Amino acid sequence: MAITSKPLPAARVLEPPLARATTARGNPSQPPGWVGWAFLAPNLLGVLAFTLVPLLSVVGLSLTSWNLVSGLSGIEFVGLQNFVDLFVDPGFWNATLRTVLYAGISVPLTVVGGLGLALALNRDVPGRAVLRVIFFLPYIVTVVAIGMVWLMLLNPSAGVVNQLLGAFGLQDLPGWFASSHWALPALIIIAIWSGVGYASMIYLSALTDAPTQLYEAAQVDGAGAWTRFRTITWPSLVPTTVFLLVTLFIGASQGFGLIALITAGGPGDATTVVSYYMYQNGFQFYRFGYAAAIGMATFAGVLALTVLTWRAQRGRTLHD
Amino acid sequence: MTSVTLDTLDRTRLRARRRRRSRWAVGIPLWILALGFLTPFLWMLSTSFKRDIDAYTVPMQWIPDPVQLSNYATVLLGEDSILPAFANSVLVALLRVAGELLTATMAGYAFARLSFRGRDKIFLVYLATAIIPSQLLLVPRFIYFQQLGLYDTLWALILPGMFTVLGTFLMRQFFVAQPPEFAEAARMDGASEWRIFTRIYLPLARPVMAALGILAFVWSWNDYETPLVLISSPEAYTLPLSLTSFTDEQGALSPGLAMAASVVTIVPVLVVFLLLQRRFVQALTHTGIK
Repeated sequence: MAITSKPLPAARVLEPPLARATTARGNPSQPPGWVGWAFLAPNLLGVLAFTLVPLLSVVGLSLTSWNLVSGLSGIEFVGLQNFVDLFVDPGFWNATLRTVLYAGISVPLTVVGGLGLALALNRDVPGRAVLRVIFFLPYIVTVVAIGMVWLMLLNPSAGVVNQLLGAFGLQDLPGWFASSHWALPALIIIAIWSGVGYASMIYLSALTDAPTQLYEAAQVDGAGAWTRFRTITWPSLVPTTVFLLVTLFIGASQGFGLIALITAGGPGDATTVVSYYMYQNGFQFYRFGYAAAIGMATFAGVLALTVLTWRAQRGRTLHD
Repeated sequence: MTSVTLDTLDRTRLRARRRRRSRWAVGIPLWILALGFLTPFLWMLSTSFKRDIDAYTVPMQWIPDPVQLSNYATVLLGEDSILPAFANSVLVALLRVAGELLTATMAGYAFARLSFRGRDKIFLVYLATAIIPSQLLLVPRFIYFQQLGLYDTLWALILPGMFTVLGTFLMRQFFVAQPPEFAEAARMDGASEWRIFTRIYLPLARPVMAALGILAFVWSWNDYETPLVLISSPEAYTLPLSLTSFTDEQGALSPGLAMAASVVTIVPVLVVFLLLQRRFVQALTHTGIK
């Protein structure tokens, strides 16, 4: 694509038909450059207005102190003060710790669960098509419906989950969203439940690309199921795993819908993860500069983690 | 000779039997697990037909007694009907999907099949933007839409969704894989660039457009965080926001109404998904890996 002929501006229009035909045969003709710009323009302008400029303003905002009440004229440049404040803000570090805990537990379990599910669904099991839909269902349902139904299921005294646990003879049933110990685990359970189907769907499409001829060869060689998985299946799933880890980590560190809906960060601040902390500062306290700084700091953290994961994976595939 | 054939015959028969057994050995636990996964939705459906006083009973009630449809009647036709929010959700989703399909196919085609100065640099910027989570943009978008007077209007939800980086990326990947010879031949015949795009390449892109459209529809339909931040008056509520408003006299959530409204919200997206499942999954897998 890069080495096509230079576009022939204006002159091209004036060319006699025969000359144009020869040019086209020699090297593929290309319309003038403005045509490309015209095709790109609607999207580019919109992306500029609604994504790129807001993105740059997050950077700018994070260097200011501003609340909604004072109006646009009340914007005050404070340099890196927000980041300095952030660094010594125990609320931010507690929220970060909770995010690490929340994402650090829910994401790996989602990926492992998704892998297991995909391997099972990849076999010839009865009703496979229906099973796929069932596991995937949470992904296509709005977080509000999910939050409301789980709030009912996890009701400490009369919810389905605790009634079932009680039926198994368990004492001291968890208080879930009413307890500062169990609220975060409850969110982790919901995250896994709603993410596993998505992860398995992504794995399944990767599994169909796996080198199947190798399996038969390995079977003939007498390789066991585990050896076959480790040496044939897994290497082809590494890129998918990295992709899932990265996207799920970004999602887990940025989403706050479920928390805003169910716990509002509580009880106490037991579920105030960093994304909710940003939401709180921005849209409840209207501390936009500080909220922007929180957003940037967490995204920078996730980005660093992404790059590290990528490097680690690359190192491994090179070794193999 | 004979012993060898017998041996292989035996072995294939044995393998078939083993496969049949493993079919169920994996199948049964999987179905039990699936039932567990389905429980929240079964509970939702069951509660939507219950009286509020039957929602939290010990022991729990799976089959509503009495079965009543009044929750659905209230949710759809009552004072706080969700139908206006339903209409808002449809409007937002349709405009977003239409806008995204139009701008993303054009831009994707430009990146893939037209050459112009700066193209590759702009594409790099697009790529870099693709991993920015939308939550990071909520604060500046909030301020913008407030300054533009679009805060608390449906446009605040529609406009950003019409111009997406991800959609453009998806379409670009498709057009790159299409043969450029079609365009070259058409150009020799004197076809205009717009005609080449709409008559040759766009029809080829129909399956990918369907996939992108479904994905965009589902995301738009389910989005809660954006309207939570950018919408405040009930007239501009979309479904996810309006779901949160079903409370009883004491201000606590009314289980029956909330679950009935949830079911109404889920059904359209479920229908779309079941009809076009394959395309949906294709789009999902192509947005990231390939």
